[in-house]
Amino acid sequence: MGDLTGENAAIVIPPRNGAVMAVNEYNAKNPKVKIELVQYDSQGKADQATSLITKAITQDKIVALIGPAFSGESKAIGGQLEEGKIPSVSPSATNPGLAQNGWTYWHRVVANDADQGPGIAEFLVKAKSPKKAFVLSDDQEYSVGLADAVAKSFKDSNVAVETDKFSKDASDYSSTVTKVAASNPDVIVFGGYYAQAGRLLKQLRDGGVKATFASGDGSLDQQLVTGAGTAAAEGAVLACPCNIPTPDVTGALKTFFENYKKSANVDPAIYATEGYDAATSFIKAVEAGNTTGEKINEFLKTVSFEGVSKPLKFKANGEPENNAIFIYQVVDGKVKLLGPAEEAKLEG
Amino acid sequence: MLDDFLNQFLPSTVGGLVFGSIYALIALGYTMVYGVLRLINFAHSEIFMIGTFTSLVVITAIAPASPLTGFALFGVMLLIIVASAAISGGAAMLLEVVAYRPLRRKGATRLTALISAIGASLFLQELFALVIIPWLTGNAGRNQQSAPRIVDRDTVFTIGNAAVRTDHIIVVVAAVIMMIALDRLVNKTKIGRGIRATAQDPEAAVLMGVSIDNIVRVTFLLGGAMAGVAGALYLMEFENTVFNVGFVLGIKAFTAAVLGGIGNLRGALLGGIVLGLIENWGAIFLGSEWKDVIAFTVLVIVLMFRPTGILGESLQKARA
Repeated sequence: MGDLTGENAAIVIPPRNGAVMAVNEYNAKNPKVKIELVQYDSQGKADQATSLITKAITQDKIVALIGPAFSGESKAIGGQLEEGKIPSVSPSATNPGLAQNGWTYWHRVVANDADQGPGIAEFLVKAKSPKKAFVLSDDQEYSVGLADAVAKSFKDSNVAVETDKFSKDASDYSSTVTKVAASNPDVIVFGGYYAQAGRLLKQLRDGGVKATFASGDGSLDQQLVTGAGTAAAEGAVLACPCNIPTPDVTGALKTFFENYKKSANVDPAIYATEGYDAATSFIKAVEAGNTTGEKINEFLKTVSFEGVSKPLKFKANGEPENNAIFIYQVVDGKVKLLGPAEEAKLEG
Repeated sequence: MLDDFLNQFLPSTVGGLVFGSIYALIALGYTMVYGVLRLINFAHSEIFMIGTFTSLVVITAIAPASPLTGFALFGVMLLIIVASAAISGGAAMLLEVVAYRPLRRKGATRLTALISAIGASLFLQELFALVIIPWLTGNAGRNQQSAPRIVDRDTVFTIGNAAVRTDHIIVVVAAVIMMIALDRLVNKTKIGRGIRATAQDPEAAVLMGVSIDNIVRVTFLLGGAMAGVAGALYLMEFENTVFNVGFVLGIKAFTAAVLGGIGNLRGALLGGIVLGLIENWGAIFLGSEWKDVIAFTVLVIVLMFRPTGILGESLQKARA
């Protein structure tokens, strides 16, 4: 379940493709119990997710849910999943609060913003030694969570922090640009998705702000470059707990890259590997003979396998054990993987 | 706090004037239709959206390799403004024929027309998201669509610490020219007299030989054309658009129309500019996330003391 046709669908379609691919591979082996994948287009909206999950549980009788993709909708339907005893694994919802609801049926593959935020901040402190940082976000659940985590981490490293927020539907950011220009920071971090990030970055550069611009996984998409324009986007730093394979990878990732390209007709993009891994965790459960929501959920507590994105194992609260952050940068108009945060070096 | 204000006041003013001009152009359409039909045309925000996409298509077709200057810039700006005004104006007339005229003929209440307006608004958004945008651009219909740059962001002059750029000047100047032209048209021409007469007393206007259907059609055409111009300027300034771009802008522009005095052309202009400025000034103190709250608080306060808006009763009535 996730935003399959909405404004931020580019983050959700790759994990969907990954999940479809995993399920197809499994069904092609002609197992005793086949898995049917039903797709729910919530457009990333909590209200749509709420009615869709009711339909999924009562009419479609699903036994497990891959998703929801975003944090807001995850928060909205977590209670319903608990009641319906439906285990869920989200490839991409990163709000830290989601793990603190006492939900026992909820899991995720990615590291949360509490890990991602400090990851971005610490990387920028190391790479740019900033004295002053400006932390921006729109008003969405994910955006605010990430921005707060980044701001706190900067403060812990003795970097002065100023902040501003805007409505996700705003199109004119002139007041925000004015604030940033007046403060003249060394680095700017934006918590939010690529549609807003592209507009913001364009207006910041047009407004004469030249500081390094960084953002999280929600903005990690080529459409950030399209939205901001190639010139404005150049050099932007993006961080993600996700691992996006490029054509030069080797080993299991290489196999995944080629199979994905065959099945989806495009190169793997954000969360494709995580979507595949989320589906794989359920497939492993079914292979072990678990076909009800409760039994699958029991199995997820003990599952441990070498996922495509990373080794996958869930903690008791549903968080993944492994929480690596990867750094990317826009170089010559293309998003390029620089490597894990501990090793990555910025270009230019 | 005071430091923030001094540092940010002038740049915020420039930003507020630019966006306020776009509010004002959209507000004209709401206010004209309200003046003539006493109808809040909620689908007007989609007429604006159609204007942004018309310009997007034209600019993408021209696809300048680098931003334009001088004569070429003037020509392309004129082209997108005329194209967007024509398509948006046409779409507004069509909207009137399809969504409102049948109801008016049957003597439906204003409430029915209002529901029809909301329906038309949603219909147009989805039509663009699911059919027209994929067909025009080849991209997913709900994605943000970007246009190439046609105006360089050169600073023309500075006032204090505020840089006034070429694109700022184009937006404000074009908006002011359009508004003066519309004001002349409504106040000085025969068709304008028809619009004012219909606004004042539709029945008497009919008795005097005014064709209401014609007047309503012209009103939608003019309001739609203004929204088209707003769409062209918006696309030039922000270089992107999306199927629901009009939603929030439409609400704000309607607010601007009420703030200035609904039914009142000059009120729409004043309301738009005031709204743009107040939003940006308020954001200096409270943060940009409070923009909407500030805008609507000001609206409520103004309406408490002047229930008919800043400029009050419609000009049509006062000066007919």
